Amino acid sequence: MTQAPTTTMTGDSHGSYPSYLIGFVLAVILTVASFAAVMSHALSPGMALAALTVLAVVQIVVHLVFFLHMNTSTEQSWNLMCFIFAAASVIVIIGGTIFIMHDTAINMMSR
Amino acid sequence: MLGKLSLSAIPLDVPILVGTFLGVAVIGLAVLGAVTYYGKWGYLWRDWLTTVDHKRLAVMYIILAIVMLFRGFADAIMMRTQLALAYKGNPGYLPPHHYDQIFSAHGTIMIFFMAMAFMTGLMNLVVPLQIGARDVAFPFLNSLSFYMTLVGALLINISLFIGEFAQCGWLVYPPLSEMQFSPGVGVDYYIWAVQISGVGTLLTGVNFFTTIVKMRAPGMGWMQMPVFTWTAFCTTVLIMVSFPVLTVTLALLSLDRYLGMHFFTNDAGGNVMLYLSMIWTWGHPEVYILVIPAFGVFSEVTATFSQKPLFGYKTMVYATCSIMVLSFVVWVHHFFTMGAGANVNTFFGIMTMIIAVPTGVKIFNWLFTMYKGRVEFTAPMHWTLGFMITFSIGGMTGVMMAMPAADWILHNSLFLIAHFHNVIIGGVYFGYIAGMGFWFPKAFGFKLNEAWGKRAFWCWFVGFYLAFIPLYVLGLEGMTRRMNHYDNPDWYPWMLVAEVGAIVIACGIVCQLTQLYVSIRDRNLPENLDLTGDPWNGRTLEWSISSPPPAYNFAVIPDIHGLDTFHTEKQLGLKAHGKPLAPIHMPKNTSAGVFIGLFSFILGFASIWYIWWLAAIGLIGIVATMILRSADRDVDYYVPVSEIEHNEEVYSRRIAAAQAAE
Repeated sequence: MTQAPTTTMTGDSHGSYPSYLIGFVLAVILTVASFAAVMSHALSPGMALAALTVLAVVQIVVHLVFFLHMNTSTEQSWNLMCFIFAAASVIVIIGGTIFIMHDTAINMMSR
Repeated sequence: MLGKLSLSAIPLDVPILVGTFLGVAVIGLAVLGAVTYYGKWGYLWRDWLTTVDHKRLAVMYIILAIVMLFRGFADAIMMRTQLALAYKGNPGYLPPHHYDQIFSAHGTIMIFFMAMAFMTGLMNLVVPLQIGARDVAFPFLNSLSFYMTLVGALLINISLFIGEFAQCGWLVYPPLSEMQFSPGVGVDYYIWAVQISGVGTLLTGVNFFTTIVKMRAPGMGWMQMPVFTWTAFCTTVLIMVSFPVLTVTLALLSLDRYLGMHFFTNDAGGNVMLYLSMIWTWGHPEVYILVIPAFGVFSEVTATFSQKPLFGYKTMVYATCSIMVLSFVVWVHHFFTMGAGANVNTFFGIMTMIIAVPTGVKIFNWLFTMYKGRVEFTAPMHWTLGFMITFSIGGMTGVMMAMPAADWILHNSLFLIAHFHNVIIGGVYFGYIAGMGFWFPKAFGFKLNEAWGKRAFWCWFVGFYLAFIPLYVLGLEGMTRRMNHYDNPDWYPWMLVAEVGAIVIACGIVCQLTQLYVSIRDRNLPENLDLTGDPWNGRTLEWSISSPPPAYNFAVIPDIHGLDTFHTEKQLGLKAHGKPLAPIHMPKNTSAGVFIGLFSFILGFASIWYIWWLAAIGLIGIVATMILRSADRDVDYYVPVSEIEHNEEVYSRRIAAAQAAE
């Protein structure tokens, strides 16, 4: 039950004031850029969608790094590993399902 | 008031079921009567039902698995007998409505309530002991997991006597399982039984993952972990990824059935094919969840009984991990014929074939472990050798079917049935029985009878080939699965051979029961007693403590200096740990698991029969018990040093007695 854990506890690191500020500024820039990509009409709808996707992914990374303190330090290695694990699982399950169902839909005219 | 439930739901017109009910009722009353007669209710409640001790939960899991094995095997031999009779003019003795329930129940019970329960039982017994922990990370959740599994098993068995079971196979494919085609309660029984036990399995996965990551003895790095613990670890990872997929898939099917939605219906935009993809996204990892711990058992058994370290420990670990990853990208091979294009089928076909590579690595590792070892042919070793032969054949037919072109001929034929029984009986079942024989002395303090164990093995081994090799032939001759009757004269003799095989397997099960009886009867004979806690000259930590271990497992948590530290120290004659004793912090027993299980049962049963007021009571009961349990601060206690000293003294006296006897 109680015994010394063999690895250190996770999730006990907290960011500093500058790191929150950097994160906030980056998040604002990315949000504004997203709105600009759509509202300026400078990009074609397809390009705008691609830009939004990229910006959204970067936004996720910014939140993870600056607000959820995910990094490669030893205290955070389990959190990082769990995140990579979850992301990989989701990619395999959802990506695989889309791959299969798209291909099947073409052959079976299910759409 | 009672929803769909009425007296007509009780199948009084089916003599087989009435007879079964009487049998179950008599045995049940006899057990209850015996417990009352001997005044053991208090003991049962305090020491077993409310326990959070992983070793006791393990025993209860394995008892559940063995009971479910009887149920599942009764289904199997009924199917074989039907097909041995139902040729030409003879319709056999099982009408299609009954036969369809039997094959659905056979698969569901064997996978979810026999194999999963057995696997969880072995993990419960062994993993904390192998890593030098005093219990699992969340002892209460462990008890809760058991009750969730038990409730699922109860629900599925109650369907025998109240209502009916699903008639659409063990994975209830829509559209057959939709309300339109299965308006009865059979599919609802399936959904609730599997969903409730699925919660238990997911909790077990999280629990053991945390235990292995966090609670290893000091010094035990990843590459010093015993192989069984490694395989348990890979299995928990697979459970955590795949069981949520099952939960979601069945939840969508329930929405279709209960609320008239259209996820998998034929009309209104539903897509039946999505169900197949989703259920097998869970279903393929599931079979690896079952077989990977069996690989761990074989590794421990082979190394111990060959008196050698395991050959290629690191390659074994890497092979296990590759199988874990690969098992996630092969699920289309269960439905190559569904209509995906060449790209999809080729990708998944190749991935499937690649799995044979790490599996082959493992087989060679076991063979090389035995090479030049001093192999002791005990019963667990028999099961291991039988596995190597049987599983290799099953693996090869699997690679055959991994070719989409070949699969188009073999899909849904008896060839497929023969293949997966070849790997599940030859791999999973042989492994669990080997594990049970291997760790039985650790759990109870005496050994299982060797002679009856070997007889059981030979009956299973021979019976397996008699029962399933004919199915390969029949599959190649074009016989499809789930048939109730046939007219082809070429199939008839093979069906008779398969029936003989099933009877030989039945003899194997009788031998196993006899083995248990004889072992318990002769438990106090000196050659059966395990006084030292190390009956096999074992290699891993579980053999360093007394059999059965004290509730806290380890008086002092050992220090680990490498792989098989216990064995190395034994060889060098080192006296283990002179560390001072300290009070041990342990979890208290709790009845919360029992009550949550009870309310889950009420919730499940009421929802199956549309008795909504009762379902509400069940749901409120679950939440209320959870809140009460969370508010309970009196959940732990300390084992005083005097008690530990006393136990240690008894143990050293037993060791001294054993040495004197030699």
